[in-house]
Order: sequence, then C-alpha cells, then structure tokens
Amino acid sequence: MLYFGDLLPYSDVFFGGLITTVELTVLTTFLGIALGTLCAVLRQYGGATPRRIVASYVELIRNTPFIVQLFFIFFGLPAIGVMLTPWQASVIALTINLGAYSTEIIRAGLGSIPKGQVEAAKVLGMTFRQTLTRVIFVPAFEKIYPALTSQCIIVMLGSAVISQISVEELTYAANLVQSRNFRAFESYLVTALLYLGLAMMMRYVFKLIGKRLFSFRESS
Amino acid sequence: MSLVNLHQVHKYYGDFHVLKGIDLDVKAGEVVSIIGKSGSGKSTLLRCVNGLEEYQKGGITLDGKEVTSEDIQVRRLALSVGMIFQSFNLFPHLTVGENIMLAPTIVLNKTKAEAKTIAEEMLEKVGLGDKFDRYPEKLSGGQQQRVAIARALAMSPKVLLCDEITSALDPELVGDVLKVLEQLAAEGMTLILVTHEMNFARDVGDRVVFMHEGKVWEEGNSKKLLSEPETEELRQFIGAVL
Repeated sequence: MLYFGDLLPYSDVFFGGLITTVELTVLTTFLGIALGTLCAVLRQYGGATPRRIVASYVELIRNTPFIVQLFFIFFGLPAIGVMLTPWQASVIALTINLGAYSTEIIRAGLGSIPKGQVEAAKVLGMTFRQTLTRVIFVPAFEKIYPALTSQCIIVMLGSAVISQISVEELTYAANLVQSRNFRAFESYLVTALLYLGLAMMMRYVFKLIGKRLFSFRESS
Repeated sequence: MSLVNLHQVHKYYGDFHVLKGIDLDVKAGEVVSIIGKSGSGKSTLLRCVNGLEEYQKGGITLDGKEVTSEDIQVRRLALSVGMIFQSFNLFPHLTVGENIMLAPTIVLNKTKAEAKTIAEEMLEKVGLGDKFDRYPEKLSGGQQQRVAIARALAMSPKVLLCDEITSALDPELVGDVLKVLEQLAAEGMTLILVTHEMNFARDVGDRVVFMHEGKVWEEGNSKKLLSEPETEELRQFIGAVL
C-alpha cells in the first residue's frame, strides 16, 4: 500500500534539500553563463591560442560524464593538494559543466550577428568592449535564449548527481528519507514532482527575464 | 585644400590585386561618385579610406593625418569620417532615437540630453522626426537608411562615405534617400559615394571617378565625363547601366 503520510515527518528534510538545490542552481546558473559568455567571446573573437584553449575545454567537458567530472574535482584534486568541501566542489563542477555547454550556445548567438553591425559600431568609434556590450550581446542572446534556458534547466536537473558527494540537496534528501522509512516509491515520486515544479518555475523565470531583456521585440 | 588624399594605394586579398595604385584627391565640400563594375574595387577603396580594410602600399591621408587600419586609428577616424552601408546596419534592439544617441553618448561622452537634442535634430533633417521611438524593423528600407544617415551625421563627420547605399532599396524608396544626400551636398558636406545612380552622380556630384580593374580608369567633372567618356571601357559601362 502506498502511504504518503510517512513522508510528513521528513518534510523539513525535503524542504532543506529543495532550498539547497535552488541555491546551487541560482549560483551556478549565473556563474556558468558568465563563464560561457567569456569563453564564447574568446572563441569567436580571440586570437588563435585562446580559441584553442576554449575549444579544448568545451570538448573535454562535453565528452565526459558529469559524475566523472564531479568525482575528479572532489576525490581527485585532493591528490594534488586541492581540498574542497562538497559544496565548493559542486559549485565548481556545475559551473564548469554549464560553462562548456553554454559556450557553444552563446557562440552560435554571437555568430548570428551580421558583420555589418560590428563594422557600423566600429565606424561610429566604439571600442570592441562597447560594441560587445551595447551592440552585440542583446540581439545575440535573444537568438539563443530558448536553447540557453533549456541548458540551464538540464544542469539544474543534473545537479541531482551531487548527492553522490553528500551535498544535502533534493536527491540526497530523497535518498535519506527512503532509507529511513523504506517508502522509495513515495519519496522519489514526490522528489520527481519537486524537480518538475522547479524546472517549470525556472522556465517561467527565464521567460520573465527574457521579456524584460528583449522587450524591443514586442513594443516595436 | 585636400581633405582626403590617396597616393598610389595598393591592396591585395592574398594573391588578388584589388587596388592597383590608386591616386585620388578629394577637397572639402566636394561630392565624388565612384562608379564601375562590381569587382572593380570601388567598395574596397572606400573601406580603405576609413581603415576598415588595410592596404599594403601607398598612403592615405585624411585631413593631413595618415590612415591605417589600427583599431585605435579607426576610432579616431570615426570622429571625422562617417560611413553608411548598403545594408543599413541599424542596431535592432535599439529604437531609432537610441541608435543615433548611442555613439554620441558613449564615444563622445555627451550627456543623454545633449545626445537627444542632436538625435532629434538629425532625424528632422532626414525627414523622420516622428520616428524617434520606433524600432528599426518597423521602418521601410528607405527610412532605415535615412536613420543610418542621421546616425552617422550625429557624430559631425567631415566626410561621409556612402557604400552603395541605395542598392538594397526598392526603386520607389531610392528617391527619398538621394534627396537627403542632395541636401547634405548643398550644405557643403563632403561626400564620397560608391553608387550606381548615374543621374545622381551627374546632377548632384561634382566629380565622377570610374574604376576599372583596380585602377582609376577615368575621372573628371561629372557632367562632362558621363556625356563624353574618353575611354572605351567607360563608354561600355555607361551604355550598360543607362
């Protein structure tokens, strides 16, 4: 018999896990997009060496499992003297992961900007930095915003993996609860629904932000 | 006095010799039309003048100062050379007013209010005073090109380079853009235009430069040159476009 009542005593555990997942997601979304933007700019406009370094980073991350990346950072790095808390290791792993995927996405956006736009900015006397921030970024991000949104959600869902290094996030909470009350079905069902809710909320928040950032599409 | 001077300018794209020793002298207030077949190096020539393209030999001076394609140079040049493109290149995420105000604010460090005054004045000049808050995509091609002209003018350039600025327009919209150019010419603005508008070149332009195979093939007073071409190549070209 299914019985969800057994979960009630653990609602604090679920809630705590949910908060941790949200915190991690907000933090790593910002950091990851910032890293991705930086790398995309280097990849698109940088010299040969930065371009190659970024390309290697992106390929390395995109062609290895996230859990291996995480374990490498948390269990592997101490061997060379880099000791990280589970939280720090998670933030770094998630940021590096989102950074790599978003580099490719954002680069596509940068590539979609007609060369003439950049030349127009140049002949108006703008520096490259001004051209990037005032001319290129908004239309570039608009183009790839749906893809970027999806990628951020994928990373949020992927953060479930960090329960493996004992960060007390949502999946960790689910594991903990079902190991105490043996209500695996109920625990994981509730957890799945919580992730679903989070993902939908994220999509909604991104949409709101997008509406503000790209308001020129509607008001025109 | 000479505002723009090109002396034996050579330009290569790899092995391809695009400009084969161009000499050209443009005085302040002159309207010079560069005509010729596509591939003859007209646009490249124009793009060398403001440093968008580098050249390998010879020299270009603008107001006595040498032009190179160094980034910083292009920015200094931007203060005296305006350029308008075939494809308008308005910034899609900014309103018409913001498009014009952007460079005066961030490059010339004018206040928002000053920039706005300039933008309104320039928009009025190109006959689009009522489009300040519109976004570019809502305007016709001709209107967008006139905004691009206003945007260039807002930087108070000494010379305006026009790279086939009516070529992407529907025929019925060309007139409005040319009218703006004509008015600028009348006000004494120095214009160097790459164009296929022979009537404009003849009626408004002071001088026509005919380019052929990377060289200035023939040049002279616009009315005379277009009615009595000396070389066979120009005769053929005029025959083909008129």
